[in-house]
Formats: sequence, C-alpha cells, structure tokens
Amino acid sequence: MDKTVRNLAIGLVALIILAPLGLLAVGETFGEWGNEELEEKIGFVPSGLERLSSLWSAPMPDYALPGIGESMTAASAAYILSAVIGVVICAGLLYIIGKRIAKD
Amino acid sequence: MHIPDGYLGPYTYIAMWIIMIPIWYYAGKKLGSELKSRQVPLLALAAAFSFVIMMFNVPIPGGSTGHAVGAAIVGIVLGPWAGVIAISVALVLQALMFGDGGITAIAANCFNMAVVMPFVGYYVYKIISGSTDITSSRRVIAAAIAGYISLTIAAGITGFMFGIQPLLHRTAEGVPIYMPYSLNVTVPAMLLEHILGFAILEAIVTALIFAYIQKTDSTLLYGERSAQKMRMRKSSTA
Repeated sequence: MDKTVRNLAIGLVALIILAPLGLLAVGETFGEWGNEELEEKIGFVPSGLERLSSLWSAPMPDYALPGIGESMTAASAAYILSAVIGVVICAGLLYIIGKRIAKD
Repeated sequence: MHIPDGYLGPYTYIAMWIIMIPIWYYAGKKLGSELKSRQVPLLALAAAFSFVIMMFNVPIPGGSTGHAVGAAIVGIVLGPWAGVIAISVALVLQALMFGDGGITAIAANCFNMAVVMPFVGYYVYKIISGSTDITSSRRVIAAAIAGYISLTIAAGITGFMFGIQPLLHRTAEGVPIYMPYSLNVTVPAMLLEHILGFAILEAIVTALIFAYIQKTDSTLLYGERSAQKMRMRKSSTA
C-alpha cells in the first residue's frame, strides 16, 4: 500500500478513537427534530410526517446501543463501535467491489 | 443535513429516487471503466472517512449542531463520479443501520451530499486551480474554497427541498402534512448555519487532507497521473 494511503488510514483510526467528541455537541439540528420536539415548536405533528417517521427501526438508532444505559461512557463506547462498524462495512464493501472492477 | 423520514412528501422523495437511479448507474459504469487497482484502497478509505467525519457533531452559536461531510475532498482526490459511489455507500449505511437520514429520503440525501458536494467541490477546485502546478499553494486555497462552497450549496438545496413541502402537501384545511416550515424559513436557516459554521469546518477538512496528499504523493490526485503522462509524451515527442 502507498505510504500516503497508509498514513491516511492511521489518521482515520485516530478519528474513530476521537469520535465521542462528536457527542459533546448538544442541541437541535434544523429539520431533524423528533416528533415531540416538533410538537413543542409548532403545537402539532404533521400527519404524514408522523406516519412516515416510524417507517424504519434502525438497529442502532443515533449511533447508540438500545439498553446499554445513558452514561457518557456507554454512549462513547456505542459511538466508537458505530464508527468501527461504519468503517469496516464502507471500506470493506468498496475494497471488494473496487478490486473486482479495477482495470489493471 | 440528513433528512429524516417524514420531512419530505412523496412527490419530492420519489422524484429524487427517479433522479438518483440513473446517476448511480452511470457512476458505477464510470467507476468500472476508470478505476485503477492503486486507487482502490483510497476509494475504500474515502467512504469510511466520510462516514466517520459526519459523526463529529459541532455546535454553533444559536443552539444548532451539525457536521462536515468530507465529500468535496473525496471528489477532488478520486474524481466526482467515484465520490458519488463512496459517499452514497456511507449515507445508505447511516440510514439503514443508524437511522441517520430516512429510508424514503436516501435518494434525496445522496443527491445533496453524494452528488452536489463532490461535483461542486471538484469543479470549484479545478476552476480556481487553473493551470497552476500541482504543488502550488494556490491549490490548497482552491480546495478550501471548494469545501466551503460545496457544503453551502448542498445545504441550500436541502433547505429548498424542505421549504417546498408546505406548497406541495397540505390538508384541505391548509395544514402542512410533511415539513411544516416554508421556503422563507428553511432556506435561510439551512444556509446561515452552514455559511457561518459547518462549511468552515468542511473547508478546513478539505484543505488539510488536500495539503497532505499534495505534499506527500500528488500522483494520487484524480487526473494527475494521466496529466503527467501527457506532459511526458509531449516532451518526448518535442
């Protein structure tokens, strides 16, 4: 592997370890409110929004593990685990597909 | 910027699927004809990097939080079509596994972050770089501006998608069915928080990674090896 690519990969590992820093930012994100948050804002939950919002139950919603507890340590561990899962699946999938379709 | 399920009505999210399917198809074909073995680890790394950088939520004054996407640098380094594939993979996984971004909104989110960003990023970088040498510091500035503009435009389009919902979907009494806020709220809200906050982060991330690759191995940059070969061919025939 190229030295530059290897060093970028090392940088990525550092980012995974530092990922829980992303949990420190508390606040809302425009257009990503939960149903209760929206009800507080405008007094009701739009009907279609309510219907569609429960369409999918993700296994690790918001990069957390359901049932692991609310402590910062638990949340950080789940967050790092999420980052690892994301990296392994994203990189693994594209590596396998890339190797198959690469021309040389 | 990850639109959840329920914020876009069917007109918008179905239209975005219809737009995205041929884009994914073409991007896949393009990748199949252009990808070199040497770039494969970088492609894998790009998707993984984008996934992780989106987890770094940062607060901005006003109580909002958001993140960089890393899509501009991926477009610059691997080319915009490879960027479409790499960022889409990250976004689909975020939606399915982590509920970040809706299932119905996957196509809309991919359009904003996996198409608009790598393309705007790549072309802004190209235009500002012009014919400067690959090692030129002007290219680092170009990368920073590319990152900044790419996220800002993506945010503006996201705001536009939000804001047209009350126009498209209302009950007979005029109550919005999906995103309740109109364009006059959604577009300024999305633009402002990105212009003043998250796009600055995207600019820094883009410039840092660009500068590192430029300094250590600029042949990794999209188009650079073919450009070098052409220069060599020209000088050998001259």
